[in-house]
Amino acid sequence: MAKKFLYLNRKAPYGSVYALESLEVVLIAAAFEQEVSLAFLDDGVYQIAKGQNPKAIGMKNFSPTYNALGDYGITKMYVERESLAERGLTEDDLMPIVYEDEDDDYAEKPSVQVVSRMEMAQIMAEQDVTFSF
Amino acid sequence: MAMLHIVNKSPFERNALKSCLGHTSAGDSILLIEDAVVGALTGTVMAPELQVAMQDQAVAVYALGPDLAARGLSAERVLPGLQVVDYAGFVDLTVANEKTQSWL
Repeated sequence: MAKKFLYLNRKAPYGSVYALESLEVVLIAAAFEQEVSLAFLDDGVYQIAKGQNPKAIGMKNFSPTYNALGDYGITKMYVERESLAERGLTEDDLMPIVYEDEDDDYAEKPSVQVVSRMEMAQIMAEQDVTFSF
Repeated sequence: MAMLHIVNKSPFERNALKSCLGHTSAGDSILLIEDAVVGALTGTVMAPELQVAMQDQAVAVYALGPDLAARGLSAERVLPGLQVVDYAGFVDLTVANEKTQSWL
């Protein structure tokens, strides 16, 4: 039976290796056909900020990989509204990540859902397993 | 005896910038690098404190442009008065200040 897996992302990218490592583990989990969701809160919201260009700091831009997650059946990416607001960000600052819904004639649908802190708590409570990064 | 304070941790995750702001003197400079650049933007919960430092305490605040660009943060969105520098500007700051202190 598939379990509900939540990947909890709370760190900004590039300053530490957490964001990239989380993405690697998410891709592994997807291969095992579990119900995978990603949560971005606190500084984790910067991981899916649009327009990332780390060329001048000599690092690889791994942010386009989030766009590929839909092809691995990962269609739920929750972003906490309060975390965005505290950082002067809005949903417009995030990458427009979409997935193709195979049950709806492969219509493109948004993967990113901005939720309140209260809703995020509920999402956390519903999981079988949580991995923290 | 001007000092360059270098901060590299996000102010939303660690208290390094907050502690730094409590230990600066007039004429000092603060340079935000790596994850600390997220604190350079307008509209954040850190913005009021940085503005007080720049406007009332004669502390100059800088952010490293390449680290802003890496995180998709536009240099046009930084706080008024906060200056964006490149790596050469980073070197200039270390030369212009007598001492350097890192807030790891």
